Amino acid sequence: MASTLWIGTRKGAFALRPDARRRSWKLAGPQFLGHIIHHVVQDPREPRRLAMAAKTGHLGPTVYISDDRGRKWREALAPPAFRKAREGEKPRAVERVFWLTPGHASEPGVWYAGTAPAGLFRSADHGDHWEPVAGFNDHPMCPQWAAGLRTPDGELLHSIRVDPRDARHLYLAISMGGVFESTDRGADWAPLNEGVAADFMPDPTVAFGHDPHCLIQHPLQPDRLYQQNHCGSYRLDRPARRWIRIGERMPRNIGDVGFPIVAHPRDADTVWVLPMDGSSVWPRTALGGKPAVYVSRIGGKSWRRQDQGLPRTQAWFTVLRQAMCADSAARLGLYFGTTQGEVWASSDEGGSWRCIGRHLPEIYSVTHAL
Amino acid sequence: MNTVRVPSPLRDYTAGVGKINAKGTTVSEILTDIERKHQGMRFRMIDEQDRIRPHIRIFINQREVQSLGEAVAPRDEIHLICALSGG
Repeated sequence: MASTLWIGTRKGAFALRPDARRRSWKLAGPQFLGHIIHHVVQDPREPRRLAMAAKTGHLGPTVYISDDRGRKWREALAPPAFRKAREGEKPRAVERVFWLTPGHASEPGVWYAGTAPAGLFRSADHGDHWEPVAGFNDHPMCPQWAAGLRTPDGELLHSIRVDPRDARHLYLAISMGGVFESTDRGADWAPLNEGVAADFMPDPTVAFGHDPHCLIQHPLQPDRLYQQNHCGSYRLDRPARRWIRIGERMPRNIGDVGFPIVAHPRDADTVWVLPMDGSSVWPRTALGGKPAVYVSRIGGKSWRRQDQGLPRTQAWFTVLRQAMCADSAARLGLYFGTTQGEVWASSDEGGSWRCIGRHLPEIYSVTHAL
Repeated sequence: MNTVRVPSPLRDYTAGVGKINAKGTTVSEILTDIERKHQGMRFRMIDEQDRIRPHIRIFINQREVQSLGEAVAPRDEIHLICALSGG
């Protein structure tokens, strides 16, 4: 199966392409050398189309679009931008486009984008023109949901999920703000954070203000949500509204802090996390310098360590929220990219790992494209 | 018509050219004319609230622009500057 791993980095985009058996990988690129690339995403409805969230250190944010699987790119004619501030309003400007999500299968050409500061944007023409989603950005509660409590890379709107059964049903996450749900194509939103810890807040039982790092929705079982949060990992089976902390079943000396969470595309009970050090001042590095992936085959009720092939000691990298993914091969491949510019792959569902790319810039995202 | 000096990060919009012409009696009008000729370039320098982005500076001759409403005289030279430190 022809496939590509798109690697978004702090200094450009790269592509890794495997041979037929995924034994050797060839690196192509860089594209947009020196640009900050947060996300490169394929449109599953029209696989030749890709979108890329980009900016540079000097220049404002934008989106690039490809119609030929990433050979050529063009810039959006109207990148995501907030509307002009009204009298007395605090003006908002998109500082970075952080997240891209293709729309529902029934809405070809529709894409969603999440930004810092937290904003939701929609395109109806494959990413050429973007409009603010007023139902979220101008929601009366938005100034409280997205209060500007800046995380190190800014207040981020990410993990936009479109229910594959219903184009009107959307989820998104804000760091810091929490998880939010819309059932009317984004016209109105409500928090969905019950059961999620917010240990850093004066009131840990708040309705919003949480710090989800990554939210996923299973494609074949869309009522199954997983969330890797600043305060643990969680599962939610809708229509329930209370998240269950599945990370409590992780070994105590490992904990359940991390950025990414990845589900098996054909098995909603199989999920992978990559724990990081959330102790004291939050190093956010591999625990003890010994990186490991953990897998649960039963929806988070128990976990097993997967570290064969990974560095045994003195490896202090971080894996960011968009930097871990699965492919769709019969023998599922898993991939993650590190802040030290390495790409690691497993072709046996995490059983063993090997480095397939190194010496890249700091990796922000790893996505799989067919 | 005014001369506008374009720094390298913005030359994707000017086909690699470092010196372009634009007309206007204010900085805002100059930027509008630049956008008309080089679509997309303005938003990379000026945000949606019409503020100069944090790592962009605009000079009229030797004087740094504070507001897009500042007047531009016919022979003034406009300098677009990218200002960033770090690795």
